Order: sequence, then C-alpha cells, then structure tokens
Amino acid sequence: MRQTQFDLHKKTFAAIQIVIDELLDDSGARGVFVVDRVGQLISQAGRMGELDTTSLATLAASAIAATGGLAQILGEEEFPTHFHQGERGSLHMTLVGDRGILIVIFDDKNALGLVRLRARKASAELATVFEHAKKELDVEGPGNRTAFADVSDEEIDNLFSD
Amino acid sequence: MSFINYAAREINCKIVYYGPGLCGKTTNLQYVYAKTNPDLKGKMISLATETERTLFFDFLPLALGEIRGFKARFHLYTVPGQVFYDASRKLILKGVDGAVFVADSQDERMEANVESLENLQTNLIEHGLNLHELPWVMQYNKRDLPNVTPLEEMRKQLNPTGVPEFEACATTGEGVFETLKAVAKGVLTNLQKVGA
Repeated sequence: MRQTQFDLHKKTFAAIQIVIDELLDDSGARGVFVVDRVGQLISQAGRMGELDTTSLATLAASAIAATGGLAQILGEEEFPTHFHQGERGSLHMTLVGDRGILIVIFDDKNALGLVRLRARKASAELATVFEHAKKELDVEGPGNRTAFADVSDEEIDNLFSD
Repeated sequence: MSFINYAAREINCKIVYYGPGLCGKTTNLQYVYAKTNPDLKGKMISLATETERTLFFDFLPLALGEIRGFKARFHLYTVPGQVFYDASRKLILKGVDGAVFVADSQDERMEANVESLENLQTNLIEHGLNLHELPWVMQYNKRDLPNVTPLEEMRKQLNPTGVPEFEACATTGEGVFETLKAVAKGVLTNLQKVGA
C-alpha cells in the first residue's frame, strides 16, 4: 500500500525521545534506536561510540522487510519481534505500527526477558505517538504547495559540488 | 516515502537504480562513491554473492549540502537484476521516491531491458505506485561498446513518454552524475509540502 510523505515535527521528536530514553534506563541497554520502515534513522538514545547508525538503520529495515516477506509466505502478516544473539552484543527489534522499528542493542549483562518486556511497552507508546502525528498531519491536509517545485539546475549542481 | 525532519531541517529521499542483470547499476553507485567528497558520503554497503553479483542490494547514503534551508540526504539503492530475485526487488522499492532505469545498450540485451522495465512497473503497482507518477529517469548505459542499439530504437522501446534520458558509460563515469542530478531534481520538485 502506498505510504505518503512522512513529516515529523519537533513536538513528535520530543515525545519519541522521552519514550526511548525511558526504555534505555529501564532496560539497561547500550543503545536504543527508532528507524522508519524505509531505513531512515529517526531518533536514538545511549552511547554507542562510532557506530555507523545510517548502515544500522538501512540494514535493520531491510532485514525486517525480508523477514516480512518470509512471514507472508507462511501465511503470517508479519513477525512483530526479531532477536539476534551474538557472543557479546545482541539486537532486539520490535515493529512500531506500520511505520517504525524499535531497535535495542544490549550486551550479555542484560536479561533478554526484561529487554523484551520493556521494548514491547515502548513500542506501544511509540505507535501512539506516530498515530497522533499522522492524525495531526491529516488535519493539516496533504497540501499541494512545495518549496522545491521551481528548483533550478544550478541549485541541484550546487548540492553536488563540494 | 520521503521523510522530512523539521527538528533537524533535513529531507531524506530514497532513490532506486533498477534494470536488468549486469546493466551497470552497481557500477553507477561505485562511481558516485569514488567521486564524492568523503565528508558527504557514508559507507557503501553491498550485499553481494561471492561472484560479486548483487544478492539483495547496494546502498550508498549521500548527505549533501543545503537546499533552501534544508539539508538534503539521498539514500541510493540498487536492486538485484537477475530475474529470479524478484521478491527482493519488490522489497527494495518500498518507500521509493525516485528511480533510475539503467538500460544495457548492447543489442542482445534489448529484450532484457524491456522485461525489466515492465517488471519495475508491475512491482511499483504492488506498492500503490505507478511509473507515470513517480519521478524517474532513463540511462542508456554502455554506449562505449561496439554492438549498441541505436538511440532512436532504445528510446522508442524504453522511453516513449520522454522522461529525462542520458547516455552513459558507468565504468568511466560518463553520464553518471548527470543521471543522478536529474532524478534528484525530479524527487525534490515532487515533494508534497515542505517549508512549514
């Protein structure tokens, strides 16, 4: 199904940040990320050093999309949670409505059960935040104005020049 | 599905390079990666087989400069061109904002080009999209080879509606940035509402 442009305003970001900061504290995880289903990073919490968050977001969304395809082959709509266990670090992913993915990165000191429990609660809260943001956008209307309708070749050239 | 972050004043757009197997989609991205200032690009990811054929996708994030007060970020993807990877191609088209169709100009690949373009349209429809609505551009690649189909014939078969088109040789970079700039412009002018 076609998804429309995804606009997030400051108020929505603040609400998302509150939820993931709380999840980070409650679960003791190393990092928490919210990405959209297309693979763009929306928000993050925690200290992950030099982690390549752009690649993380893209690969997480791709993995979710691929396993979603597998789910449909099995007659399931989707697999709502994903868990990948490593020797030192593990990754837990939860779907957030039809728009987002909540990613929790944690190490072997954290109990999976606790992470799963807290992530499920946070996912429900984030789904409410997304739903609220979408309703606000619907009220504003899709609009037909675009600031870039008359963008010039020169402006595009400038984007690609160093 | 472009994602506009008003808090950071960023526009994020997804561009997909489509086309038949071995037409040069990955080579396009590799050239863009090689020629882009390291400050403006992220890590290029290639999920490929041991024989360097694309298995799932290639991904190149570009964080370009500002345009009208917004930072422009483009995420470039390729699809696997081989016919049997159709399920993967469908997944990668999810949320696409603009497309580049890379056609292989060699005579013997004309049928593969036509099939791949039809496949793009079919897969877009599954996402509720349509080639007539999506910003896309045509790239006639491998124009340096001796056995190419005349441009007029390729245009007739692959670009009857006259979307922006470019002759290219992705291995040397000819036409690569021209193609990318054209699709970027198409995507930006197609955004629904920015500036609130």
